[in-house]
Amino acid sequence: MPFIPHSAQDIQEMLATIEAANMEQLFDEIPAHLRVKNVLAIPESLTEMELGRLMRARAQQDNNLLCFIGAGAYEHHIPAAVWEVASRGEFMTAYTPYQAEASQGTLQLLYEYQTMMASLMALDVSNASMYDGATALAEAVLMAVRANRKNKLHRILLPRSVHPFYRQVVKTIIGQQNIQIDDIPFDINTGRISLAVLKEVAAETTTALVIPQPNFFGVLEEVDALTDWAYTKNVISIAVVNPLAMALLKPPGQWGKTGADIACGEGQPLGVPLASGGPYYGFLCCKKEFVRQLPGRIVGRTVDQEGKQGFVLTLQAREQHIRRAKATSNICTNQGLLVTASTIYMSLLGPKGLRQVAITSHQNAELLKEKLSTIEGVEVVFQSPRFHEWVIRLPKPVALVLRQLAERKMQGGFNLNSMYPELGECLLVCATETKTEEDIRKFVTLLTSILSSTNLLDKAEQGGAHAKTYL
Amino acid sequence: MPKLIFELSRHGRCARAQVPRHIPRAINIPKHFLRQEEPFLPEVAELQVVRHFTRLSRNNFSIDTQFYPLGSCSMKYNPRGVHHLAMLEGFLNHHPLSLDINSQGYMACAYELQEILKAVTGMSGVSLTPMAGAQGEFAGVAMIRAYHFARHDLERKEILVPDAAHGTNPATAAQCGFIVREIPTDTEGNVDIESLRAAVGPQTAGMMLTNPSTLGVFEQKIQDIAAIVHQAGGLLYYDGANLNAILGKVRPGDMGFDVMHINLHKTFATPHGGGGPGGGPVAVSDRLVPFLPTPIVVQRSGLYAWHSEKECPQTIGRLSAFMGNAGIILRAYMYARLLGKEGMERVAEFATLNANYLLAKLKAAGFTPAYVNRRASHEFIITLKTEAKEWHVTALDVAKRLLDYDIHAPTMYFPLLVPECLLIEPTETESKEMLDIFVEALIQILHEAKTQPDLVRTAPHTLSVRRLDEVKAARELDVVYKQIIDPL
Repeated sequence: MPFIPHSAQDIQEMLATIEAANMEQLFDEIPAHLRVKNVLAIPESLTEMELGRLMRARAQQDNNLLCFIGAGAYEHHIPAAVWEVASRGEFMTAYTPYQAEASQGTLQLLYEYQTMMASLMALDVSNASMYDGATALAEAVLMAVRANRKNKLHRILLPRSVHPFYRQVVKTIIGQQNIQIDDIPFDINTGRISLAVLKEVAAETTTALVIPQPNFFGVLEEVDALTDWAYTKNVISIAVVNPLAMALLKPPGQWGKTGADIACGEGQPLGVPLASGGPYYGFLCCKKEFVRQLPGRIVGRTVDQEGKQGFVLTLQAREQHIRRAKATSNICTNQGLLVTASTIYMSLLGPKGLRQVAITSHQNAELLKEKLSTIEGVEVVFQSPRFHEWVIRLPKPVALVLRQLAERKMQGGFNLNSMYPELGECLLVCATETKTEEDIRKFVTLLTSILSSTNLLDKAEQGGAHAKTYL
Repeated sequence: MPKLIFELSRHGRCARAQVPRHIPRAINIPKHFLRQEEPFLPEVAELQVVRHFTRLSRNNFSIDTQFYPLGSCSMKYNPRGVHHLAMLEGFLNHHPLSLDINSQGYMACAYELQEILKAVTGMSGVSLTPMAGAQGEFAGVAMIRAYHFARHDLERKEILVPDAAHGTNPATAAQCGFIVREIPTDTEGNVDIESLRAAVGPQTAGMMLTNPSTLGVFEQKIQDIAAIVHQAGGLLYYDGANLNAILGKVRPGDMGFDVMHINLHKTFATPHGGGGPGGGPVAVSDRLVPFLPTPIVVQRSGLYAWHSEKECPQTIGRLSAFMGNAGIILRAYMYARLLGKEGMERVAEFATLNANYLLAKLKAAGFTPAYVNRRASHEFIITLKTEAKEWHVTALDVAKRLLDYDIHAPTMYFPLLVPECLLIEPTETESKEMLDIFVEALIQILHEAKTQPDLVRTAPHTLSVRRLDEVKAARELDVVYKQIIDPL
């Protein structure tokens, strides 16, 4: 019996202690007619060896592709020590640190994480993490709503240059409450939030403005001007940023004259593998005046009975297990293991190493852009400063080009077609420090040959119905 | 205690081998976008990092090192083989936005897990995207809301929860914009049927329930409850926190539930990771299938594909940037395959055997169960009300003293309606010997409470720190190194 240690003798002794005749009697309080009658439609058990064979084959199916997709999940080199240490059973199989004395390892690590993340954002405090970047943004919006009691109707300005999936998640999560979400368009030439449009907005009824950096297109927003606009209009500014980029770019706490009020985003670039989209973790930092509105776990440093330094979960009076229906959020986990990996990652690289990863990623993306823009018919869409992603327009249908690239083990980027139809046949491409000049050359050569192939469209028509599956 | 990593820092130090090579190429970013000073990150070498965090890990209790009789949390063994296989390169390097043709390996696992979860819950549809139990609850209650809205039944503003419910239940209902109404528990630990009857009406959107309940007993009148809620036009939500107790024995779908979440980190043995990641898939009956959160894996002419808003126009929407905690989904899938159908049934059997054995032993040793006449499910409650009165030793003290015996404390002071309680759940993966050691430890502590109560009151004595000052932590907020925030 997998994972069950009982011997036949144990079972007999235990049943005798309970004074039960057999196992079946243990379930005598469940009405008989409710019991499962037919055997569950579940396959027979596998041995670890059989499972290994199955899973290796499946992992192999999705492997060996060169990846130029970013769009919110980024491939970076993860030092071996990160997951070697994070996978220690003492981290991986520990429970939530409610019993502080038996959880000092996790608690001290979370305190160190909070320090690193708050400093990376140049803000006062950080919580111990949220589920992912998108839910962190939703919780940041809810924080702003709680902090701003003056408005009855809450209006949130959510630019279209924010990751489209994040916008969908925000709508799912806060759509259940009396909050209005207004899209803010981006300037079609620069790919940035249009300040002119913002100036038309009725700021009196607005609770918060979300400011991405870099935005979904990889473009750098004019964060100083946006933050200043929010401040002068008494609107809370919420930064949603790539944390790795903040080793190179101006951090939210230093935007404009006052700094952003809240910063959040996806922690994945800091030592977490792509892994089909999760588990990742969301980070959430703020100025100190918002700390009581911060949801989720927060670790504080204190002392024990003998005056020795120790760590505990603090401000628990905000949380669901104490406040129940009045809690700041229903969240009762963080993403502890991923934060463990990230804290180790940031410690290994330090401020200079992290900055170098950001710089190399930027430089590789610049090189990629240079080479791509030499291909006939390929157009670089927004002429603005970038971090490590670019939008390019193709002379042929993106879906078909991506499919042809995939057949040659190349993942060319993220198709913007369904999210931003107004942009036409556009592709979001990314290069991080993991890409070599050789990789970039290979990509450009393949794309050139696919775009110049004359029978592409014929092939598309023939396989039209089938190809649609992948749009 | 190890020093803080910042105290090991020396200017200019870092793990060089991990830093990418410098490329002599320009940075094309205007200066006003750039960071002017370095962030406050530690500057340490690789060995220091490895040693620091390895030493920190040793200040933790964990399943791999200790017994966790932690009620409601199902702290069972997390198979190493499962973790090992989830860390295969092909899985780790797979981008969530890869084309479907490049994702068939992962999607096959996700699809098959959806099918397995349907089979064990007796439900018609599953979405794997919620990233933890609480997010699953959110999805479930949001679906209840969407269902009533779709029927233009707009007056249903109340969600009922038993007074013994997990804190997430009322918090979730409130987050979904509902008014929460509590239903009392009767003397045998069941939902008070008459109070329920009086509470339901045209304002009832639904009821959230755990079965076995948080009191560790099976709700025998579950079908009456379902009938009352359904007749009033409400839907019934199953909080899957205690699914481990009934896996393969009875299914929520057969009990009359319409929607539920499953805590993968409990029933399906995925690691808790020091507080996450979790996994909280939702399963629903026919009438809620159109509202499931997206994306969902479907199978079409031999290929797996994602269904999202386009194919599911009534969905409550997306809950995560991508498709939830994929790595946790993968681990739960593998665990289910290792167990197979017989293994799945044995989970409930042995979880229940272990709990009832512990209960019998503790009863014999003089401890007081909260519900004397009831069979334990996979967990049970003892109350230390008498001990607290007689020796001024509380449930908290006993819990802290257990740590000195190298055993993690049970869940304390939950459910809220039982005074001085410990909620104990051994899980199926613990051996009889371990359970006997636990009973002995509790007997010893009871003896200490009588003979040297101070020893218990000031526990723990053997860990890296003594009892910690939580009041100071909240008053003099120090949550970031070198920066103490004024109390607000």
